[in-house]
Amino acid sequence: MQFFFEVLIGGLLAGVMYSLVALGFVLIYKASGVFNFAQGAMVFFAALTFVGLQEKTGLPFWIVLALTLAVMILLGVLTERIVLRPLVNQPQITLFMATIGLSFLLEGLSQLIWGSDVRRLDLGLQDEPIQVVMDRFGILISKFDLAAAAVAGVLVGVLAVFFNKTRIGRALRAVADDHQAALAVGIPLQQIWSIVWSVAGFVALVAGLLWGARNGVQFALTFVALKALPVLILGGFESILGAIVGGLIIGAAEKLAEVYLGPLVGGGIEGWFAYMLALLFLLVRPEGLFGEKRIDRV
Amino acid sequence: MLSVDNISLAFGGVKALTDISFDVREHEIRAIIGPNGAGKSSMLNCINGVYSPQRGTIRIGTETFRQMDPNKAARMGIARTFQNIALFKGMSVLDNLMTGRNLKMNCGLLAQALYLGPNRREEIEHREKVEHIIDFLQIESVRKTPVARLPYGIQKRVELGRALAAEPRLLLLDEPMAGMNIEEKQDMCRFILDVNDEFGTTIVLIEHDMGVVMDISDRVVVLDYGKKIGDGTPDDVRNNQAVIDAYLGVAH
Amino acid sequence: MFYREAGQFKTSYAADQQLFPIRQDRIAMLALLVLAVAVVPLIASNYVLTAILLPFLVFALAALGLNILTGYAGQLSLGTAAFMAVGAVAAYNFQLRIPGMPVLGSFVLGGLTAALVGIGFGLPSLRIKGFYLAVATLAAQFFIPWLLVKVSWFSNNSSSGVISAQPVVILGFAFDSPVRKYLLVLAIVALMALAAKNLVRSSIGRAWMAVRDMDVAAEVIGIRIMRTKLIAFAVSSFYCGVAGALYASVYLGSVEADGFNLDLSFRILFMVIIGGVGSILGSFLGAAFITLMPIALDRLLPWAAELLNLNLPAGVTSMVQLVVFGALIILFLIVEPHGLARLWQIGKEKLRLWPFPY
Repeated sequence: MQFFFEVLIGGLLAGVMYSLVALGFVLIYKASGVFNFAQGAMVFFAALTFVGLQEKTGLPFWIVLALTLAVMILLGVLTERIVLRPLVNQPQITLFMATIGLSFLLEGLSQLIWGSDVRRLDLGLQDEPIQVVMDRFGILISKFDLAAAAVAGVLVGVLAVFFNKTRIGRALRAVADDHQAALAVGIPLQQIWSIVWSVAGFVALVAGLLWGARNGVQFALTFVALKALPVLILGGFESILGAIVGGLIIGAAEKLAEVYLGPLVGGGIEGWFAYMLALLFLLVRPEGLFGEKRIDRV
Repeated sequence: MLSVDNISLAFGGVKALTDISFDVREHEIRAIIGPNGAGKSSMLNCINGVYSPQRGTIRIGTETFRQMDPNKAARMGIARTFQNIALFKGMSVLDNLMTGRNLKMNCGLLAQALYLGPNRREEIEHREKVEHIIDFLQIESVRKTPVARLPYGIQKRVELGRALAAEPRLLLLDEPMAGMNIEEKQDMCRFILDVNDEFGTTIVLIEHDMGVVMDISDRVVVLDYGKKIGDGTPDDVRNNQAVIDAYLGVAH
Repeated sequence: MFYREAGQFKTSYAADQQLFPIRQDRIAMLALLVLAVAVVPLIASNYVLTAILLPFLVFALAALGLNILTGYAGQLSLGTAAFMAVGAVAAYNFQLRIPGMPVLGSFVLGGLTAALVGIGFGLPSLRIKGFYLAVATLAAQFFIPWLLVKVSWFSNNSSSGVISAQPVVILGFAFDSPVRKYLLVLAIVALMALAAKNLVRSSIGRAWMAVRDMDVAAEVIGIRIMRTKLIAFAVSSFYCGVAGALYASVYLGSVEADGFNLDLSFRILFMVIIGGVGSILGSFLGAAFITLMPIALDRLLPWAAELLNLNLPAGVTSMVQLVVFGALIILFLIVEPHGLARLWQIGKEKLRLWPFPY
């Protein structure tokens, strides 16, 4: 039983990381109706840029963080300028494919600039069990994971306030609903998109740092980031809450499956389990846990 | 040939239709009118199965249905057009009309992949039928143009053509003249009357232009807030107090 | 001037519905076929045949398959490589385990197996659209290669899941040299391309496009959406399956299931986007482009580096490739969403007037 809980909690905490990546997807989807396949590449790009800058300049953590953030904001603005603006009012699927192109571009670019070696990233957090919990319940919980969860929690809170309480947030939602209508009432579409892509870049940076510190900064990161897709299917594309809950479910289910189901089929099921879970889920509830059901008007 | 009995439809808590009944006779032009949001389009959507009403039945010919589905409706000879044009934008006019005849084509996948022989014969045979409709609607010059490039009025005409290509017994037209100018409306009226005359097709249409409705329809149903408030010949309806109230408003 | 259809009147619907209604197109197509069948084998070196033409043809077939699903039926798939893997492994096993199985028969059976699997993974498309479906196809992409590696029966218990093709012998004739392999693949691909063209101009093709453009209207005129989508998945997967079988047994000779990865799926998707979504010709143009580009980069980069006196670290070409692919995709989507095929068409329209534009 203890072992079960350990696996479960480990899975949930890993799920937090998925949630973080998924959060970036949801942000952009809500605000621009774009399904940003490049979010994973952005996570990789952010982490690699951070590590690269740290190595090259040797500056202290916070300054490098600020520099990287500046790079991500620049990236967001450029993306809006070069990729999205010419594609306004194109079918969603076209925008989706454009972001696939963007993800290739980012993956290639970041490795061209910083090289393709695996890097270590040190945030000063130790990946060691919390002693108190260990002694009291005999369950192993990593300090690092817990800290990551806390960061994710704070981030979600801030974003929720941003979306629901500020004027920019309202404009964002209007834009997501209908580009043309939003333009017609005088919402500066371009500005809004730049902002939201920058925010998504910031989320990607946070996710990239946490993931990178845990597993090393390497190309495989983009595959981990892809796992955010089944998370979104579970949670619904438009719900921040959905991204969080979906991430937790996927993280936990994946770990439990790997431990209990994996040995039966020869292991290695982490690569696809999340996707198959999402696929089965789709058959039952296509709009996701928190997505809105749409009625087509004809 | 068609009758709807006690149809009620709700979306969540919103009642779109409440207890509607009316009938359509063979070979007549039946109009459904009413203010915006009265449930006219919903009514058509129930008849050909796009929406499923919660209560009530639909009788077509001698068969009675609790609810239709769009495919079954098509197979029973019901065709329709949409309020906002629902053409296949990436295809040419000809292909749009040919698609209207898909139900009548039975070549298997392999025959289609080979094309020669039975499939070619079938394609040509249906092409001839479709060309008749193209002639009838006077859209010969645009037959190979992708529909997305055509002006609105012509698109409406193509959509009518696609419905006609299926050789329907019953034709449902959802605001066939919306957004047209006088000449286009006159053309469209002529087409509708000709279809009714030449092919003997029964027609149910929704229209806002009262002049048109009173001129071409045999009988009229009036809906308001999802309820039926009038039913009869154009003259009956014109003099019905409830209808006048709905359209002109009542002094409070 | 030279490319004009003026004066070529059609007097029957049959004449109007033929594959190439314009005479010049017929002549050009014939010339191309003669070139491909008679001239290329004489002049092309083994390098050109095996490193350029064979992969080009195989990828064109896979792109054709994806284009049927994505371009014509409007269902985005990110799992093309998985269906290729199914075709490759199935064809291999049919050859291995059924004595006297003809090679072409095993290709067909491999394609059919892929079609069955395709239908299975196409089932969710009945309830979901767009991105949701794309994610669902990712499930196929990650699950199928894993399964093919894990169950060692599929690769006849070879240690790393590698399947090695038997020699391709048809009716006692061995297709062992590059020229022979090329001709075999050319014949298969040409026939299947013709079949695809026929499908998309028949009722099933119109049904696919109808479902793609406006599914409610399609349903209302009596098209069974479920059936239409599943047929699209089946036909598409069949093409990908055959392409996979050719990829494994004719082009590479031996391949492991892990080689059919997400990267390959994307590569084929790029062929479709760059070549032209919803165009048979585009599948070929896109395949040619994506096959040639890395080769061109390989040649150009060292040359450019030498010119600028730069020192190229190893692995840079593959990075540059990623960047160029990504940039091209974005560029094409912005400038010409219908890809090379549309550019070709525009070129032809210009050609009607050339060289006298007035």
